[in-house]
Amino acid sequence: MSIASARIALVGNPNSGKTALFNALTGSHQKVANYAGVTVERKEGTITTASGRTVSVLDLPGTYSLRARSPDEAVTRDAILGQLKGETPPDVVVCVADATNLRLVLRLILELRQVGRPMVLALNMFDIAQRQGLRIDLEGLSRDIGAPIVTTVATRKRGIEDLVAQIEAKVEALAATGALEAPNTWHEPSPAEIRQAHAEAQRTMKAHVRPAERPDTLTGKIDGVLLHPVAGLAILLALLFVMFQAVFAWAGPLMDGIEGGMGALGGLVATVLPDGLLQSLIVDGLIAGVGSVLVFLPQILILFLFIILLEDFGYMARAAFLMDRIMGGAGLHGRAFIPLLSSFACAIPGVMATRVIDSRRDRLTTIMVAPLMTCSARIPVYTLIIAAFIPNQTVWGFASLQGLVMFGLYVAGITSALAISFIARRLFWRGQVEPFLMELPTYKTPDPKSVLRNLWQRAAIFMNRAGRIILPLMVLIWVLSTFPYPPEGATGPDIDYSFAGQLGHLLHPLFAPIGFNWQMTVALIPGMAAREVAVGALGTVYAVANAEEQVGTLAGALSADWSLAMGLAFLTWYVFAPQCAPTLAVVKRETNSWLWPSVMFAYMITLAYLAAMAVYHGAVALGWG
Amino acid sequence: MDDLSLSQPLTAAADLATGELRLSQARRGDRGVIGAVGSGVAASPGGLDAQELERRLLELGFVEGATIEVIHEGAIGRDPIAVRLDDMRVALRRRDAVDIVIRLESSAAGPDAR
Ligand SMILES: Nc1nc2c(ncn2[C@@H]2O[C@H](COP(=O)(O)OP(=O)(O)O)[C@@H](O)[C@H]2O)c(=O)[nH]1
Ligand SMILES: [Mg+2]
Repeated sequence: MSIASARIALVGNPNSGKTALFNALTGSHQKVANYAGVTVERKEGTITTASGRTVSVLDLPGTYSLRARSPDEAVTRDAILGQLKGETPPDVVVCVADATNLRLVLRLILELRQVGRPMVLALNMFDIAQRQGLRIDLEGLSRDIGAPIVTTVATRKRGIEDLVAQIEAKVEALAATGALEAPNTWHEPSPAEIRQAHAEAQRTMKAHVRPAERPDTLTGKIDGVLLHPVAGLAILLALLFVMFQAVFAWAGPLMDGIEGGMGALGGLVATVLPDGLLQSLIVDGLIAGVGSVLVFLPQILILFLFIILLEDFGYMARAAFLMDRIMGGAGLHGRAFIPLLSSFACAIPGVMATRVIDSRRDRLTTIMVAPLMTCSARIPVYTLIIAAFIPNQTVWGFASLQGLVMFGLYVAGITSALAISFIARRLFWRGQVEPFLMELPTYKTPDPKSVLRNLWQRAAIFMNRAGRIILPLMVLIWVLSTFPYPPEGATGPDIDYSFAGQLGHLLHPLFAPIGFNWQMTVALIPGMAAREVAVGALGTVYAVANAEEQVGTLAGALSADWSLAMGLAFLTWYVFAPQCAPTLAVVKRETNSWLWPSVMFAYMITLAYLAAMAVYHGAVALGWG
Repeated sequence: MDDLSLSQPLTAAADLATGELRLSQARRGDRGVIGAVGSGVAASPGGLDAQELERRLLELGFVEGATIEVIHEGAIGRDPIAVRLDDMRVALRRRDAVDIVIRLESSAAGPDAR
């Protein structure tokens, strides 16, 4: 009897169908986590073979070479070489190849052979190869590369049993001999060695692969439109427009539903539990906390759905191509486009999405500016202040002044993000400019099942990450704004006497130069949990019950108490200030250091302070004080 | 922006034989075979060191003898470009394409233009 369990790893070029094959192999038996110490996504699953053996499968990041360029690729290299911290090396390497695009993977296979681990080649996308009339001499190819070949169609689960059988055969052979097939002789190839390997791969291609009779012409035709200098950009803009409409319009009813549901739950709990501390902790702390995470889920799901669909279709690489020059002008990489786009819903998925950027510097710049994008948590704050201070009138005959101010706040976020990255690039990271080199994959119809699976996984990661951070924070902030109790016969609102209130009063001298009164300063403290919490907090200090629903009442109270200059200063503060502890915590996780969240906090708060001060004094000078 | 080699065709073309062209200067429709990769011109300030760039280009299939055609150009400054490289499509910036020399078989500008 041989070993009862084995480990395999899937490796191959990007877009060869590794993840699709991983899903086909493991079905729902999979787990998404991070590799120890790095923020590269680790996807592991298990298969149980016909003979009862358990095989664990690792889906490694795609790569063209074991000579890694990015953290993702370094994980692939280290996993294959068995150098990854906390991981046992795979018993069998399964190389996944796109049968219609073999040239580069044949060279990668030569590198994998040097490592000496048993290998099986999964010749994936065989349906497309057949449709194109591509002829591959499987026996000859298998002999040349020294590994068994299985043809697969991952999206339709074809060839999976064969593949598992070949893997088992390799595992058994390994158990019988107890040694690798060959000693590991891999080293970083020199340019000359890469050329030599290309030549060898080319010979193999020539000998065993007959060119397609009906090569794909569709991709070229679609690209003719989507990459057209004018039409391409127009389509990209139209797509973004639809995406934003969807994120904000379609998500609205769902978000209202969630808010209503959480409110009703809070009300229910309030009737069951006696008034007092426990009720307040559960209703104002926990339920409100869960609600503040859940409420973003519809937007994030819609956003992710678009991103996953576009990604699987093959459009995202094109978007990066179209945006590269525009982003590059600000010192950002074309690939920063998607993370920054996600940040319009919430900076947390945006920061998490920066993993697609190879270079560390480009990735850090993108992370640093992501929170400047107007996330949806700012919208309630903007709406409140705009309702209070900007008259509801029409300008230029068609535009709503309130809408224009809202638009201006979005523009302020975007331009400041571009300016900051431009300055960071010029001032601090003058050194290298990473090359922009990217394969443009052939277009494919997205597979609904894998889209849904992916959507579910990303939503789970968001909920997990955000929930773990926001919940304890909400409880902390509840404690700060509840204790100590107001003294007997107190006249002001309770929060005024709490730690948060005291802290607000203590900090108030600092905020006086930018026009904030103590109520505003106090509201900033609970507002650290998530930006929109500031609305409820202002409601508390101005003793407007249910401020979230009574925006009109609260806006009235604010416009009676604040000057226009104060309102504008508060808006400006919210454009720039790092009023979101969860984002800072996610940056800490993603960069694995306290340095970057500290830098983020420092630069954003400085920017917010200076900008709010300028706006306040400018407005006062205009007579709006 | 500042280092686009399109703006300095003379210096960059000086050491090339007739019918040869740096990919960084190629226009949409230019087609040929890669003659050389990594002659070291791209070691411009701010770029990767030339050998690292050469290896990355090679790994992505920019290798001597591969057929290549410029199929798309970006809207601003005709940058970046998308090329058909044997059976695949690759996007890259012109500044990273300086070290790729192509032997033209057909030129967008007509046979006599260069
Ligand atoms: N027609 C076809 N499409 C496939 C096959 N395998 C994967 N795909 C599609 O190819 C695209 C890339 O697959 P993915 O698994 O994300 O590739 P990865 O980057 O290697 O993980 C997706 O749109 C898949 O649905 C296949 O065997 N046949
Ligand atoms: Mg994948």
